[in-house]
Formats: sequence, structure tokens, C-alpha cells
Amino acid sequence: MLRTIGVKGIEDLFSDVPQKLLTSPSPDLPAPLTEMELTAKFRELASANASTQTHLCLMGGGVYDHYVPAIVPSLLSRSEFLTAYAPYQAEMSQGTLQAMFEYQTMICRLTRMDIANSSFYDGTSALAAALFMAHKKEPERRRVLLGHFSPSQMRLLRTHLEGTPLDLEFLPLGAKGCIDAEAISGDGLLAVAASCPNYVGIVPEMEMLSEAAHARGAFFIASVDPLSLGVLHPPGSYGADIVVGEAQCLGIPMNFGGPLLGLMAARESFLRLMPGRLAGQAFDVEGRRGFVMTLQTREQHIRRERATSNICSNQALNALAACIYLSLLGKRGLTDVAEQCLHKANYLYREIQALPGFAPVFPGAPVFKEFAIRCPRSAPEMVEKALARGILLGIPLRETTGDDRDLLIAVTEKRTRAELDRVLEFLRSVR
Amino acid sequence: MKGGEPLLYEKSRPGRRGLTYPALDVPRTPDALPAGMVRSSVVDLPEVAESEIVRHFTRLSTLNHHVDRDLFPLGSCTMKYNPKFSEAVLALPGISGVHPDQPPQTVQGLLECVYLAEKFMAAVTGLHGCTYQPSAGAQGEFTGLKLISAYHRRKGHRKDEVLIPDSAHGTNPASAALAGYRTIEIKTGKDGILEPGEVRKHLTDRTACLMVTNPSTLGLFETCLPEISELLHQAGALVYMDGANLNGMVGVVLPGDMGVDVIQVNAHKTFASPHGGGGPCSGPVCVRDMLMPFLPGPRIERRGAAYVLADPGPDSIGRIHPYFGNFAVMLRMLLYVLRLGAKGLRRVGENAVLNANYLRARLAAAYPMPHPRVCKHEFVVSLESWKSKKGVSALDVAKRLLDFGFYAPTVYFPLIVKEALLIEPTETESKETLDRFVDAMLAIAREADENPAVLREAPHTTPLRRFNEAEAARSCTLCHW
Repeated sequence: MLRTIGVKGIEDLFSDVPQKLLTSPSPDLPAPLTEMELTAKFRELASANASTQTHLCLMGGGVYDHYVPAIVPSLLSRSEFLTAYAPYQAEMSQGTLQAMFEYQTMICRLTRMDIANSSFYDGTSALAAALFMAHKKEPERRRVLLGHFSPSQMRLLRTHLEGTPLDLEFLPLGAKGCIDAEAISGDGLLAVAASCPNYVGIVPEMEMLSEAAHARGAFFIASVDPLSLGVLHPPGSYGADIVVGEAQCLGIPMNFGGPLLGLMAARESFLRLMPGRLAGQAFDVEGRRGFVMTLQTREQHIRRERATSNICSNQALNALAACIYLSLLGKRGLTDVAEQCLHKANYLYREIQALPGFAPVFPGAPVFKEFAIRCPRSAPEMVEKALARGILLGIPLRETTGDDRDLLIAVTEKRTRAELDRVLEFLRSVR
Repeated sequence: MKGGEPLLYEKSRPGRRGLTYPALDVPRTPDALPAGMVRSSVVDLPEVAESEIVRHFTRLSTLNHHVDRDLFPLGSCTMKYNPKFSEAVLALPGISGVHPDQPPQTVQGLLECVYLAEKFMAAVTGLHGCTYQPSAGAQGEFTGLKLISAYHRRKGHRKDEVLIPDSAHGTNPASAALAGYRTIEIKTGKDGILEPGEVRKHLTDRTACLMVTNPSTLGLFETCLPEISELLHQAGALVYMDGANLNGMVGVVLPGDMGVDVIQVNAHKTFASPHGGGGPCSGPVCVRDMLMPFLPGPRIERRGAAYVLADPGPDSIGRIHPYFGNFAVMLRMLLYVLRLGAKGLRRVGENAVLNANYLRARLAAAYPMPHPRVCKHEFVVSLESWKSKKGVSALDVAKRLLDFGFYAPTVYFPLIVKEALLIEPTETESKETLDRFVDAMLAIAREADENPAVLREAPHTTPLRRFNEAEAARSCTLCHW
């Protein structure tokens, strides 16, 4: 090969690099290990962690322990999907492109929105992108009211939107634990972004919030748990302008929080402002239907600094997971999962409220698969004690509610009554 | 198979389902939700049996080209072979089944992984601090620019311009605009190299940084970068390097040694994560020591034998990802580095350059190249003369390659080269594979002279043929109703 190139050695291929820049292997990098050694090492490392295999998991707050049906990882591991890349050459990428189109279709039908993109990184950065998008449409308006997101989500939104003209106002939780339509007031309002269910698990009255936002001339952005749409009104039905959400719940393992899947859908009028790749229907020279990446003139590789976003690579494989998961659930399965979450969470919620020393943080507010409970002791202490009993009990809420005793508990369809009763038995033992 | 596959919605039949759940084993809470909130319309998803779903997606998958099948010479995308054992490790329940908000004492092993991955990436780039929060290269660019903004603000500088060479990836100007900067385009010199004189012309006290890709998108090493960095630093500006092309110098040159202050590395490219049809990826950002206080938090630190989540301090830009970034992609990077070690990584860079130069040398007589000299991991062909003389475009050659069973190179990029084909073989291809690709390219070159129509009408053997993309954009059907 060197002879064909016309050089003597590999070093000649770096003759364009100034001599003083050529480095020797870094002492900070390790010596190589074999596949066998590494596999053994990581088996040991993995077994030292608490996980769904060792513990009963009641943790949520954005990432959840839902059941992942076997066909999802099985199909995802196919090299044809796993080791392909961006479908620039449509004729040799129809698998990925049609899956993108089918995903977009399912997201549109699930949310009852006109258009959906083929994925965004995660639900929270999708919300940041949605706010950029709203601002491009109404550049004179700046104020954004938001409720209610986790502390890390709020930090993320501030970081992503810092330096823009947008003025973010995170609404206080109040006694009801969710946004009140009366809080939607003032001038220059660009958008109201409401999370449903919100960080403390409560389902706000989205229809009223949407009306209140629109009455102020603001966009209404719904940040939804896509699984909850098995039982809750779809955002399109209450007039949401943009829908975002964290879709890890759709067949994607928790993976220590990444990769996630940002869902993004909107009304038709946002089409030219939508960030990210879009699969569109197309016909080949023989008139047969297929799919291509369309409206690429919005995107950075063509529009550069005037692009709608800088996103290039996305979460394609996770969108495929969601697409397979939703196909498998179908019309009735999604409602089944959502109802199981709803009733199992509400069962545990109700039973905990009956325990002495425990109380709901927001009494009477409807919850879907997660709720906030005030414990007789500090939440970190509860979590610690539960660990010893093989339970990952939840997420301390002090930063959100201000009370050290508040704990966020999530219940998915995976939890059985026996497991929930085990949790109750543990809680009863804590005084 | 010829032709496409019907949509799942078209295969849907009322009453079919793929998965059933156990009966509800707790009492229902009838009034859990107020009646006004309950979905009244049916969730409009397809109704298909599990076996049909498996067949549907399996058939779809066979319509894709992919690295495990053959060469994927997509320039600037570094489509290398991805080790399978990494996938086996990722699937371990003690990794995939861990919640990101678990108490730190229950996830020490995973925190150690993040800590080591940061340390190794800093070593690979010759810099001091690292964050894996960015989910992709473009988000890494955005993060890097945020760090630069925070740094200048802390110093009391007012700087609102970013210098970007005209050969840059489109994400660079888009990220700069997103981060609130005005972008100033710098012309690349005749030999494809960024010249200090040209940078000096545009360098002012408003310049926040230069965003430079090295090796450049022409596949060339930016020889003057050390000198250019010095110019920037003298003007109180920083040097940002787009590390998307790191495969062309990994283990051989440290970006930090060239005066680079901030770099994003597309970990999925150089460090061998499967690209998943477009993601998920990972865009870790490494910085020089003076920028470390600005990194997003929480920081993972080692205290004694334990790993802890530490507050990033008051200067931190905050947060880019809700958790630790695309952890699974980060873990693949870590496994790759542990498997190869320092010397193995150096061989990656060397062999990537060897393979690219071999292809370049073998194609040089048949394909016009604007920069016919030693390249790094990729090189550019320009078919401008073919277009005018033979009526054959870069797109035609790309489409014809599909008939030979190869994916096409990147086309029409970089934008400064007319009718560009950007070819990147990576180090994981054997000489035999490269030779087969050369044979195909040479056959296509002959066809361009003897029978150009066969190129213009290509592809001929793929499941579907060339699409009317303009019509697709006009009708814009993004969803099947």
C-alpha cells in the first residue's frame, strides 16, 4: 500500500504535520486489554450496581422502569439498523427512512398533531428547541411561563436559552402542585409550556391552560409523557401548538439516563421552522412509493447559520425502538399500559396515605404514574433505609417543594401488587 | 426484493395485537382522573400481530446498507466497524437497568466509567477537563461555544463574533448562530489550507473564537493552526476545534498542542459506536484548564475511594443534558479505549490515514482531485469537469456506486468544492475491500466516458430507484393519515 502511495513509511503520511506536534502515545491512556478481560471486568462492575435486577425500582422523575418487550432489543440489534447511518442515499436506506416515517405517523396520531420530526435528543432539549421555534415565529414576544419541571430540567432550559431574548419564568408549585390558569397573565407572552403530568406527578388541567395561553396570544406548548396519552386527552384536542416529551418510556432501557428520546410534534404552520430530520413520502422513477429525507433546506448542512437548528445526528435508533414498541402495543395495548400505570400508582398512593405519618404533598390533585408523598423522616433517610430492603424508593424532592421529607415515587405497569405491598410493609416499619 | 414495503398501518386489521399485559392485580381507582381529562378518542395505532411486526421490521432492515455488510465511505462520518462485545456489555442489566437518580453509592461503577471516560478523552485531546453531557457533535459545538461565552463574560470581554472557515461543517455556523454569535466566514487558501494572513484580516477585538476543523473537511491537516492559534490568543480570543475528523490524527497529534482551547469530539465516530441510522451519538467537549470552572454540572469527582457528584461551582454554564449525556455511547468509547490502549489508538489514526491515501493514490489517475497530495483520513474528488464535459454529476457517480453494492461517499460537501465527493474509508477496511471499491470506481469512470446514461439513470439494482425529491418537498407528506 505504501508503495502504491509512493511513500516509504507511515510517518511520511504525516509529513504535513509540523514535526514538533507529532506525539508519542499518551501515558494517561491505559495498556490494552482483551475482550475476555474487559467483559469479565465489566460484568463485575455491573453486578456491583443496584439495578432493576437487584432492586425493586420506584424511581421516575423523567426516566422510568417500564417493561421493554423482547422484540424491541431483538430488532434493534439487527446490524442493518444498528450499523447504518443517516439515510442520505434514499435508494439504499429505505429501512431507516420508512421506519422514520412510520414513527412520525404514530407520533402524529398519538398526539393528534399535524407534523412530527424524526426525533430530538431528549424531551427537555426538545422543549428548549420548541421555545426557539416559537420565538422565530413571534420574535417580538419574549416571556415564557413554565411549569413544572425537575431542577435539572430547569437548569438545562436556563443554560440552553441563556443569552437569547427569551425571558423564562418558572412558576411556583403552589398548593395545588400544578399551574393555575390564573397565573397566566401579563403582556408580551410568547408561550406557556406545561408539563403533563408534571414533575411531581400531577396532571394539570391542560385544556384550561391552553385556553388561557391562547387568550393572551401566546403559544401553548405541552410537554407530555407519551404513555399517558393512552388515558389522557391528546394535546391536539386541547389546541396545543407544539408538543414535546421524553419518550424513554416507549421501549428504551433506563441506561443510567441516556440515550433518551425527545419527541417533537407541532401544528402544520411550524413546518418550515421544525428542527431535525424529516422523512417524507416520495416516488421513484418507476412511480413506486418510498421515503426520503425532505425539506433539507431547513437544515444546517445547507442553510448553515440561517438553519432552523444546528441538529444533525439525532436519536434515530431510539425512535425506531419507540416505533416498534408502539406497533406492538397497538390501539388497545397503549391504553392497557397507561391504565396499569394509573391504577397501580393510585393504589400505592392511596395506601400510603392511609399509613400513619405519611401524607400527600398535594392532596386531591390527580396523578398518573407518579406522586409526591411527605414522609415521617427525611426523604434521603427513607431512601437509605429502603435500599437495605432492596427497594429504590424514589427521588427526594427538597429542591422542588422545600421540604426535606418529600419524596417522589413512580409506579409503572411492571410493578405487581405483591411488590407494592412489600413497599407498604417497609413504609409501615419506618416510624 | 424489488419495491418497497407496505406501511404497518396498511397491514393493520381490527382486533389484532402484539402484546398482552397481565390482568390488573390492584383494585381500580375509578375516580383517579377527572372525567374531563380522560381520552375519549381511540389511540390511533396500528393493530398487528407480533410475528407480522417482526417480519415488517426485518424486511425493512434488508432495504438498508450498513457497515456490517460492506464499506460505507461516507466522508466526515467515520463509518468504521463497531466491536460487538461493547453491545454485549451494554446489555448487562447492571448497566441498562440503572436509574440515573439512584444514590451515588449504588452506582459507583458507572460513575467511575464517566470519570475514566472524561480522563481518557482529555488525554486523547491533550486538554484538561471534559464533559460527556452533549448528546451529539452539534450539541457539543453549542456547549463549547457556551463555555467560551461564559469565559469571556467572566473576563469582562465583549465579544460577539466567531470566525469560521468556508470549509466548515454546516453545524459550525448553525451552532454559532444558536449560541448568539455573528459568524464571519474565512476563505480557505488555494491549497485548501487556512492561512494566518486571512485569519488576521478578520480578527478584531470582537472575535470570541475561531472554529476550525482539523483535519479539515478537505481531509487536509491545517498546517498553520499553531501559528493561527497564537494570533487568536494574542487578540484575547480562543480556539475552538471541531473534532469530528479526529480519526485522521488520533494518537498521532494532540489538539491541545496546536493551541486548541475547546474541542468537541464525535465519540460515536472515532470511538466506534454504531450510528443507528442517524444516532444516538455523543459529543463530549474537552477544555483547557482555564475553562474548567465553566463546565456543566454535576462534576464527577473522586474523593478517596469514592466517586461523588460535585457541584460545578458558580461559574458553570449549568446543564446541557438532564442526566449524564448519552451514557451508553460514552461507555462504548471507554470500552474501545480500554481495548486498544494508547498504542492501539495511535494505530487507528495511522491506518485511517494509510487507507485514505491508498484509495486516493489508486483513484488519482481516473478522478480529478483539487488537492492531489497526502491527505489525512479522507479526501475530496471534484467532478466539475465531468459535469461540463461528460454531463455526469457527483450525484450520478454516487447513485451508480449503489449498484455495485457500496454506499456512496458524501456528496456536494464541502461546499467550496464543486461537484464534490468526500471519501473516507476508515482504518477497519482491508486492502481487499479497498481494492474492490477501487474496481467499482474505475468501472464507473469508464462508464462515464462510454455510456454516461447508465450513470445518469442509476441506481438500477436497488429495491427502489431514484426519487423525485423536489416533488417530495413540494407535496410534503410527513405522516400517513
